[in-house]
Amino acid sequence: MNDALPEGDSPLRSIDAVELGLSQAGYIANRQISTAIYMAHHLQKPILVEGPAGVGKTELAKSVASWLKLPLIRMQCYEGLDESKALYEWKYGKQLLYTQILKDKINYVIGDHDDLTMALDKLHSFGDIFFSEEFLEPRPLLRSLQEPGGSVLLIDEIDKSDQEFEAFLLEILSDYQVTIPEIGTVHAIVPPIVLLTSNSTRDLGDALKRRCLHLHIGFPDDKLEAKIIASRVPGIDSRLLKQLVSFAQQLRALDLKKVPSVSETIDWAKIMLLLHTTVLDVDLVRDTLNVLLKFEADIEVAGKQLAGLTHKARQDAGVG
Amino acid sequence: MATAAPASEPLRRFLQVARGAGLKVSAAEGIDAARTLDLVGFADRTVLRDSLGIVLAKTPEEKTAYEEVFDLYFKREEFAGPDDTEAEPPGEDRDAASNPANGVGGDGMGGQGGQSLGSLLESDDRAALATAMEQAAREAGIENIRFFTQRNLYARRILDRMGLRALERDMEAMRQTGTPEGLGRAQFLDGRIEALRDAVRDFVERNLLLYAKGETEKFREELLKSARLSNLERRDLDRMRVLVRQMAKKLAARYAKTRRRRLRGQLDTRRTLRRNMGWGGIPFITVWKQKRIEKPRVMVLCDVSGSVAAMAQFLLMFLYALNEALSDIRSFAFAGSLIEVSEILERAPVEEAISKIMDMIGYGSSNYGNSFADFEDGWMKFVTNKTTVIILGDARGNRTDPRTDVIGRLSQRSKQIIWLNPEYRSAWGTGDSDMYRYAPFCKLVTVCNTLRHLERTISDILETAT
Repeated sequence: MNDALPEGDSPLRSIDAVELGLSQAGYIANRQISTAIYMAHHLQKPILVEGPAGVGKTELAKSVASWLKLPLIRMQCYEGLDESKALYEWKYGKQLLYTQILKDKINYVIGDHDDLTMALDKLHSFGDIFFSEEFLEPRPLLRSLQEPGGSVLLIDEIDKSDQEFEAFLLEILSDYQVTIPEIGTVHAIVPPIVLLTSNSTRDLGDALKRRCLHLHIGFPDDKLEAKIIASRVPGIDSRLLKQLVSFAQQLRALDLKKVPSVSETIDWAKIMLLLHTTVLDVDLVRDTLNVLLKFEADIEVAGKQLAGLTHKARQDAGVG
Repeated sequence: MATAAPASEPLRRFLQVARGAGLKVSAAEGIDAARTLDLVGFADRTVLRDSLGIVLAKTPEEKTAYEEVFDLYFKREEFAGPDDTEAEPPGEDRDAASNPANGVGGDGMGGQGGQSLGSLLESDDRAALATAMEQAAREAGIENIRFFTQRNLYARRILDRMGLRALERDMEAMRQTGTPEGLGRAQFLDGRIEALRDAVRDFVERNLLLYAKGETEKFREELLKSARLSNLERRDLDRMRVLVRQMAKKLAARYAKTRRRRLRGQLDTRRTLRRNMGWGGIPFITVWKQKRIEKPRVMVLCDVSGSVAAMAQFLLMFLYALNEALSDIRSFAFAGSLIEVSEILERAPVEEAISKIMDMIGYGSSNYGNSFADFEDGWMKFVTNKTTVIILGDARGNRTDPRTDVIGRLSQRSKQIIWLNPEYRSAWGTGDSDMYRYAPFCKLVTVCNTLRHLERTISDILETAT
């Protein structure tokens, strides 16, 4: 269906190619994720990725970057983040230094013009050197526009930033350009692939959402989760893997404050591998439960049902 | 590739349907959808579903709505539905079908429409019937269907446009002939028409789902927002809960954050010097004094006695939602005496919390004086001049001592007292109502018995509680 596209052999030529490429980079994507990346490239739009913590939102950006061999430029958002930290800043120190130099050389520059007007004219002819690119300290957003070969820009946890900052992002998101008052508008050399992540701690503005594709990553089903863990924890026994996944999936069905996400299951699998476990038993699970659950109350709730959960997990994997 | 293709007709109609289902589809997103369509095409339905979903639906709720409407819409396009539903009922007429089939050729009377519909029915050409139905529906303006009461109207219109009336006239004529042949034919057609009616009704219902879902839902929500809380029915509870949550979340998002406002004109000398230390105190960057707007501090006292029990459910629900949204809020429930319920609201899920509170203290007869005295003993010390106290109740203390002295002290200590009363103003002060005795101590006393009242009042409070 993509025969008409000019870049027939680009790594982004089809959805399948994206899925394959991401899996080579170690990211097991479902159909929707690869569709989103594919479309982000072809429609040249940023993707807003939402979903619970630990399902691989940030990881997706890293994997896209490593797969396409593009530099990953990451900007972590927080309350109070402003443009001087996100976009650019003037190198004040350097400007100050140059002012000093100019002061020493001022007689030389002005020469023998005694008249104030003529001296000023002479100075003007030097141009606005203090506010040129020389003195500009690029921050993540500007850097990603200036990357000659394109880049992957990750704007992490956009929901933590202020609403004003969100509005400030609109220009870069819709047109891949930023405006610096003293210099002018900077356009992207190659439009970067932009991913924004959000944990929905607050509702994002409609204007931002309108400019983005929206991808929701939820918890994976058991098959996908098994694949993800197998790719992240190489060398894990397939039967142990099945037990772990079944256990984690069961935990997610419980009424917990914070259910374990994929990253926690991966950590747990790594520990099990270190302990040379092949079959889950209740005591072992109890000892390592704090890897999966991060709240005392949750551990208490799950602790009461450990025997049943472990048994079911073993059964699902076809072990004793 | 980057140019926007004009939206094709099916897409345009789909967008309309999607908007009806509650998705916020702006023109820009419509253009994106058209570009997506160019990119992926109609060929693979799952790919189309995924990719349009990425462009159009931007919240989890929207995703669900989108998937529902996508399936409904594109299933309809396949014309599979009408065929299947029609296939079943005529079964009983199968044996009858062989009988009158001979007489078809000799039939020359009747109007053109009846003729064609009759022959369509007799030949059982389902594809043609389905197409005729689609066409008739379009002529009848099925897109404008909004309410379920319009179902019969639209079904009738579609059948008329398909030529049913003329066919019925023909059948009447057939019966008049009195020949067994004519009677048999009429009977056979009767069965077919019945099946057609079912198919059309089914078709209209599907369209109603498609086009009117959003509208009816909006309509219902509007209704609920302005209905008296005590009159709401049990079946509306779920929807109500969703509304209450939305409202509380909206309010919280607007007010929970500490907001800063720049006050240009007043230089913050200390911070300016600190910031410019790097270049020897020469003020390259100036820092201005900022006014910090504080988070609202709220204490809510909620009457849960028998007289306001129906209302109390919703008040507690709202309290629960507000509690989730605002950090600095303490909640109390009272009837005969008063207890703090902040913790229950914070820990337990909403249902459980409400029933727990009602079990603990609810339904009894209220004693305002006693409850206020309890409050003074236990919690008066936490009230500061920044606290807004909200009291929800009908001020009917069953002729007990109203203890206005406590309220007096509370009003001096707190920033303000706001009283929300579910009764209409005309009922205040009648019988055992002490509303007018409490009123002088309150900054605001207002009627509050619908969700909309509640939203407006709480919004006002949060705005002024800064």
